[in-house]
Amino acid sequence: MKVAIVQFPGTNCDYDTEYAFKELGCETQILWHQNESIASDIDLLVIAGGFSYGDYLRSGAIARFSPIMKAVSEYAKDGGKVLGICNGFQVLTESHLLPGALKRNEHLHFLSKHHHLKVVSNSNTFLGKMDKDEVVNIPIAHHDGNFFVDADTLKELYKNEQVLLHYCDENGEISNPNGSVDSIAGICNAEKNVFGLMPHPERAMEAILGSQDGRKMLEGFLND
Amino acid sequence: MKAIVNISLKAGVLDSQGKAVHHALDALKFEGVNDVRVGKQIVLNLAQTEKEKALTEVTEMCESLLANTVIEDYEIELIS
Repeated sequence: MKVAIVQFPGTNCDYDTEYAFKELGCETQILWHQNESIASDIDLLVIAGGFSYGDYLRSGAIARFSPIMKAVSEYAKDGGKVLGICNGFQVLTESHLLPGALKRNEHLHFLSKHHHLKVVSNSNTFLGKMDKDEVVNIPIAHHDGNFFVDADTLKELYKNEQVLLHYCDENGEISNPNGSVDSIAGICNAEKNVFGLMPHPERAMEAILGSQDGRKMLEGFLND
Repeated sequence: MKAIVNISLKAGVLDSQGKAVHHALDALKFEGVNDVRVGKQIVLNLAQTEKEKALTEVTEMCESLLANTVIEDYEIELIS
């Protein structure tokens, strides 16, 4: 399994993400944003977290126009699997590869802590190894994680099983840290090959660091 | 020509910053403030001298980069 990780100026979770996929036995490469193509043998493309272009204007707004993003769009249109974590999720919504937008957290604080998530839908590659309603403990670290979609799009997302994760407490009860619509932490596109989430599964790889629940998520990609 | 672009969250999209500023104004005992919305202003100095063309250009800029039309509205003011 070959994983490519996109690096913009300001990306800072690239090496954590690389470490996580190496731990899972993948071959990895870091892909600088000036690249205009993605190798055809790449099985998964990850847009890692961070603060691309300093989050200037809006998170992900400027990264969206980097040369690599044209290639990412084509890769996704051809059915390639794309995962956006945190800033990567913001870049994917700004690129219209995922619906919605990520606003400033409701209470305006930067949040950096462990938070529980509940699996809403597992009819996709990403969460295929997890059970519906399974609760996992994954760190969040963001200022702009307040997911917004209009009411009609929200209905569509549920209908197509595109809502992947809800924020919850350890018992699986809804607990919304940032004001996201319906407490949504992660979604995918209608074709189910582009995934975005605000929490950081790549930071939950070792029990000694608080949780290894991220492994199970990322392992979903290793099946095919 | 100068273009002033005002960007704000759409009506119906909760403006957390506006709410926080409203609370602060209340705390300072400023009365009679019904609502506060916080936006941003982008000032562009353009080479274009024709108003109509300038409006078309800046509208394109807003649609592609300056505003996220999923959550934001924009207004363009041109000053020649």
